[in-house]
Amino acid sequence: MIGNPGGSLPGREMTGTDPQRHPIVTESDVVRVRRVRQVVRALAVAAKLSLVDQTKMVTAASELARNTLVYGGGGEMMIDIVDNGRRHGVRAVFTDTGPGIPDLGLALTEGWTSGSGLGLGLTGSRRLVDEFTIDSSPGVGTTVRVVKWSR
Amino acid sequence: MDRIPILKMGNLLLVSIQVDLHDQLALDLQDDLSERIVATGARGVLIDISALEIVDSFIGRMLSTIASLSRLLDAETVVVGMRPAVAITLVELGLYMPGVRTALTLEHGLTLLGAEVRVSRSDEDEIDDDDGDGEPDMLAGYAAAQAGRGGAEPAATGAAGRGDGGRTGDR
Repeated sequence: MIGNPGGSLPGREMTGTDPQRHPIVTESDVVRVRRVRQVVRALAVAAKLSLVDQTKMVTAASELARNTLVYGGGGEMMIDIVDNGRRHGVRAVFTDTGPGIPDLGLALTEGWTSGSGLGLGLTGSRRLVDEFTIDSSPGVGTTVRVVKWSR
Repeated sequence: MDRIPILKMGNLLLVSIQVDLHDQLALDLQDDLSERIVATGARGVLIDISALEIVDSFIGRMLSTIASLSRLLDAETVVVGMRPAVAITLVELGLYMPGVRTALTLEHGLTLLGAEVRVSRSDEDEIDDDDGDGEPDMLAGYAAAQAGRGGAEPAATGAAGRGDGGRTGDR
């Protein structure tokens, strides 16, 4: 697992809304990615993120949803509002059961790309959010978890 | 099938992206634009993105591609109306759009292109100018529509009022 320093662990207690599950499948990707953006925007507004932070979170989710589709062959996003006692935040977890990423360190290197993209998906999204953790096993799949906190 | 409309204005082409772009729509826009540039001999392309709430790397890449494509066909591309939150996000995302010039508003975009491209009205595509502001009404109407959602200065026109009933500013 590679994460931002100081990021809370996935198992840590947080209270908030019940998670919503949203499939991201290859079929009608258009509708799916758009739906992801709408859902993320709605929860970002509900968590009282500023307009700029909403925009960053929605953009990060859009990049990650596209990764899930293009590289993971489809998957799902779980999203909820979290509360660490001081602030609200939006947490989104993208999961696919695709080929996985053999070298996470390399994939998170600035400017690295597998060839078909611009290499912004992971590194770019990581810069847009407050917490970023990724788990990936070749042959099993990839899970990316991001959180954006209200200021 | 959905298409993004391309408006001809003098020797410019105007594209206002109002919907969520997806792969096919983006590819169609590239095809349509390149055909229209060649067919009309347009020297400039103005792309209005003021309605876009986000620009991710997919949309950014499409804008870059359009700019490169247009340049090969001897037309300059200017992207106008980017929202501040979108600009901040793009910088943090690390997305640079090579070859894409930007302007805050449609008017500034026109000025930018006007420096290199003379916006002229030829006889065959004459547009009425009954509001007497010296600009083709099509432009005034468009500017008013822009002003209607906070995209441009209301001063852009004699045609105020025509934008009414449109959207209210949602920024």
